[in-house]
Amino acid sequence: MLTGDRRKKRLDRSIKVRTEGLYAVSSWGEMVYLIAPRFVLIVGLFTLPLVLDMYWQRVLCSAGIYALLALGFDFLAEFVGLVCLGGAFFVGVGGYISGLLNAYYGWPPLLSIPVASVAGAVISTLILLPCLRLRGIYFAIVSFMFPLFAVYIIVALGVFGSTEGISALATFPNIWIEQYLILVAVILSLFGIRRLVSEDIGVIFQGIKDNDQAVKASGINITAYRTKAVFITALIGCFGGAYLSHLYGWLGLSLFAMDFSIMPIAAAVMGGMGSLVGPVLGAFILTPLSEALRGFGQLRVVLYSLILIGFIVYKPEGLMNYLQRKYHQFELWEKV
Amino acid sequence: MDIVIYGTVNSIVFALIAVGFTLVYGVSRIPNFAHGSIYVLVGFLTWSFVNDLRMNYALAILLSLTIAAVVGFIMYRFILIRLRGMATSEIIASFAVSLVILEGLRMQGIGGFKGFIGPFYVLRPFIEGKMNIWGVFVDFQRLIIIGGGIAVVGLLWLFTHHTKMGLSLRAIAQDERAAMMLGVNSDRTAMISLSIGSALAGLAAVIILPLGSVTAEAGYKVLIYALAVSIIGGLGSWAGAVLASFVIGFAMKISTAMFGAVWESVVLVGTIILILLFKPSGLLGKQKELEERV
Amino acid sequence: MADEFLLQVGGVSKAFGGVQAITNLSFRLFKGEILGVIGPNGSGKTTLVNLITGFVRPDSGKVFYKARNITGLQPHKIANLGLTRTFQIARPYDSLPAFKNLIVPLNSPRVRRTRGGKLGDIEAVAIDMLEEVGFERDARVPYKTAGSLPLGYLKRLELARCIALKPDIIICDEIFSGLSMSEITSMIPFLEKLHLEGITMMMIEHRLRELFRLTDRVMVMNFGEKIAEGMPQEVIENKEVRKAYLGTETS
Repeated sequence: MLTGDRRKKRLDRSIKVRTEGLYAVSSWGEMVYLIAPRFVLIVGLFTLPLVLDMYWQRVLCSAGIYALLALGFDFLAEFVGLVCLGGAFFVGVGGYISGLLNAYYGWPPLLSIPVASVAGAVISTLILLPCLRLRGIYFAIVSFMFPLFAVYIIVALGVFGSTEGISALATFPNIWIEQYLILVAVILSLFGIRRLVSEDIGVIFQGIKDNDQAVKASGINITAYRTKAVFITALIGCFGGAYLSHLYGWLGLSLFAMDFSIMPIAAAVMGGMGSLVGPVLGAFILTPLSEALRGFGQLRVVLYSLILIGFIVYKPEGLMNYLQRKYHQFELWEKV
Repeated sequence: MDIVIYGTVNSIVFALIAVGFTLVYGVSRIPNFAHGSIYVLVGFLTWSFVNDLRMNYALAILLSLTIAAVVGFIMYRFILIRLRGMATSEIIASFAVSLVILEGLRMQGIGGFKGFIGPFYVLRPFIEGKMNIWGVFVDFQRLIIIGGGIAVVGLLWLFTHHTKMGLSLRAIAQDERAAMMLGVNSDRTAMISLSIGSALAGLAAVIILPLGSVTAEAGYKVLIYALAVSIIGGLGSWAGAVLASFVIGFAMKISTAMFGAVWESVVLVGTIILILLFKPSGLLGKQKELEERV
Repeated sequence: MADEFLLQVGGVSKAFGGVQAITNLSFRLFKGEILGVIGPNGSGKTTLVNLITGFVRPDSGKVFYKARNITGLQPHKIANLGLTRTFQIARPYDSLPAFKNLIVPLNSPRVRRTRGGKLGDIEAVAIDMLEEVGFERDARVPYKTAGSLPLGYLKRLELARCIALKPDIIICDEIFSGLSMSEITSMIPFLEKLHLEGITMMMIEHRLRELFRLTDRVMVMNFGEKIAEGMPQEVIENKEVRKAYLGTETS
C-alpha cells in the first residue's frame, strides 16, 4: 500500500485520557499497566548486580553516580529553569569533604558520606548563591566555570594533597554494599524528585521557570526557592562525589573533571530531558557504552559527543519521552 | 613598567580571544562553546601545513583560517540551525562539537595518526628577536599581538559600521524581528557571524600561539577565558568585551607580580564573582529587566 | 470619600539610558477608590506600575504604602504587603494547568499567614477562585494548560492571581487591551464586585469609555509627566489632554 493512501492514527489509551495525573484505577489490568514500567525499572536495577561480573559491577557503580548527576541536571534545567553545566563541582565538593573527613579524622565511609553530602550541599549552595540572580545563559556559563576554578584554587593554595590528591582512603567493606548503596540512592532520588515536582513546591519551581516576574508579583521570593532547588541538586551530586571518593579510595583534582559535567548532560539529552526517568536510563546506557569503548582512548569521547549531537539535532525528545508516548498510545494505520 | 607593558599584552590577548565569541553571541545569540576548539584546531592545522606539507608560513595561516571559517559555517548549517532559540541545546551541541574537535586531535592510532600530544608543537614567531622599551625587553611577537589586536578591533569596527554586510549583522544584533522585516536574512547573518567568529578565533590563535606551544588542553582554557571576558563585559557587548579584557588582563598581571603565578586564575574567579554580585548583566551588558515596553 | 489614602507616590523619576520615562510624578491613591490612569503610548504608564510594585527602582522620589516607605523594596515583599499588579502582556505559567497557576500565589507568605498555616485542599481553592473570575467549570477549562488558553482567559487568570493574594490594592495594567467588546462587558461587573468588596484599584487603560464606567477619578500622563487629574468629564475637556491625544498643533 502506498503511504499516500493511508495515515498513521494515534489514540491515547483510555486510562491516559481519563487520568491527567490523577489515577482512578478501575481494574487489575489498568493497575498492571500503571505499575509495570516502575516495577521493571526497580527490579531490573536491583537484579543487575546479581548477574554482572566483578568488572561490570564497578561500571554499574559509576553509572549510578552519573545517573544521580543526570537526574540533578534534568531537575534543575527542566523543572526550575537553571541550566547547570557544572555538575562536577558538586562531585568535587562532596568527594573532597568526605575524603578529607576520612583521611584526616578517620571517619568511616558510612558516616563521612552522609555528613559530606549535607555539608557539601550547604557549601556549594552558598558558593552558587551570588549566581542565582542570573538568568538563563549567564547561569549556565558561570556554573560551567566553577569546577575549573575549584581546581585552580586547590592548586594555588596547595592544600588537600594539591595536584597529587590523597590516596588510601577507606573503601566499602564489600562490593554488595557498594552497589546497593548507589542503586538505592538512585531509586530514592528518582522517586523523591518525581514526588517533589508534583507538590506545591514543584509547581512554584515550574512557575519560576516559566515566568519569574509573575512569581515575584505573586509574593514569592524566587531566590529563596532557587536556593532550595540548588540545595536539593547539590545534595544528590555531593552524595555521588562522596561515594565516588570512597569507591576508589582516592581523592584528587579529577573529581572536578569535565566528565562529570558533560556525561550527565549527554545522558539526560539521550534519555529525554524533562522525564526524570530518562536521564537515569540514559546514564545506565551511556556509561557502559563509554566503558566498552575505553580501549579506543579519546575516540570514546568523540563517539559520545557524536551521539549527543545526533540526539540533540534529530531526536531532541530523547528515548524516554518517545517510549512513554508509545506506551500510552495505540497506533494504527487507517485509510484516507 | 613591566606591569604596564605585559599587562597590555595580556589584555589584548584576552580581547583577541573574546572578540570572536562576542561577535557570534552579539549577532546570533548563539553561545559558541566550540570557540576554544577552533582556536586550537587552527594552531594545529597551521603547524601541520608548515611542518608536514612544507608550506609557506603565510599561506598556511591563510589556509587554516579559511578552514576555520568553513568549520563555523558547517557547524551552523548542519547543527545549530535546527536549534536556534534553545540556548541550552545550543550550548550542549556546540560544546559537543568542541569535544569532537579537541579529543579528535588527541586521538591516537587511527591511520597511523599519532595525535597532537606533548609539547613539540611550536609555531614560529613572525619575527624573531626582542627590543628594549623603557628598560623592559619585549619580544617582537608581543608587539605584533598589540598591533594585531588593535588592528582586529579596528577593522571589525570599520566592517560593522561601514559595510553593507556588517550593518546587517548589527541590525540583527539590535532587533532581530525588525531587521528580518526589512529584508535581512537572519539565518544567513548568523552563518556569516559564525564563520567570521571562527576565523577570528583562528586569527587569535596564529597571533598568540607563537608565545608558547600548541596543546589541545588550551582549547578549554581559551573557551573559559572567552566566557569570562564576555560575562564580565556583558554578553554581546563589544565595548564591554574590550573593557573586560583590560580589567582581567591587568588584574591577573598585577596579582601575578604580587602573589605569584598560581594566583592568577583565582583572581579571575574573584573578578567574575565580584562583578556579577554588583552588576549581574556585566559591565556594559544590557540585560532587560522587563520585556514590556517603557 | 474618606481622606485616608493607601498609596502615596512622591516625586518619582526614572530614566532608561537617555530616555526620561517618568519625571517628578506625584499622586495619591485613596482607600476604596478606582483611579484611572490614561495617556498615549509611551507616556510611562507601565513604568509607573513597575516603579510602584518594585520591579524597577526609581532614580529619585519615594513611594509610601499605608504610611510605610516601600521604595526599593523587592517585588515579592511588596506583593506580600497586599499591593499587587497584573501584567500588560499576560504572564501565565505556560506549561502548568490553569488552576495550578494559582498555587503559586496561594503559597505566598501572605496567604499562609492569613490562613494560619494550613491551606486545606489547595487545588479546590484554586479551582473555586478561577470559577469566581469566570472560568467555566464544566468545560474543564481550569485543567487546560495555561499556554493553550485564549487571551480572554489569560487576562482573567492575571486577575485571579492577584485576588489569590487577598490584596488591598490591585493595579491593572491594561487589562482590557486585546479583548473583544463582549469580553470586556463581561469583565466589568466582576471588577465592580471586587471594588465593592473593598479592594482599591488603579487601572491603566486605553479603552476610555469602558474605563469611565468604572472610575470616578482619572489621571492623565504624557511624556512621563502628570498633565491632568480629576473627574473623567473635566479631564476629557482639558485642553492639554486633548492636545496629547489628538496632537493638535494650536497651543
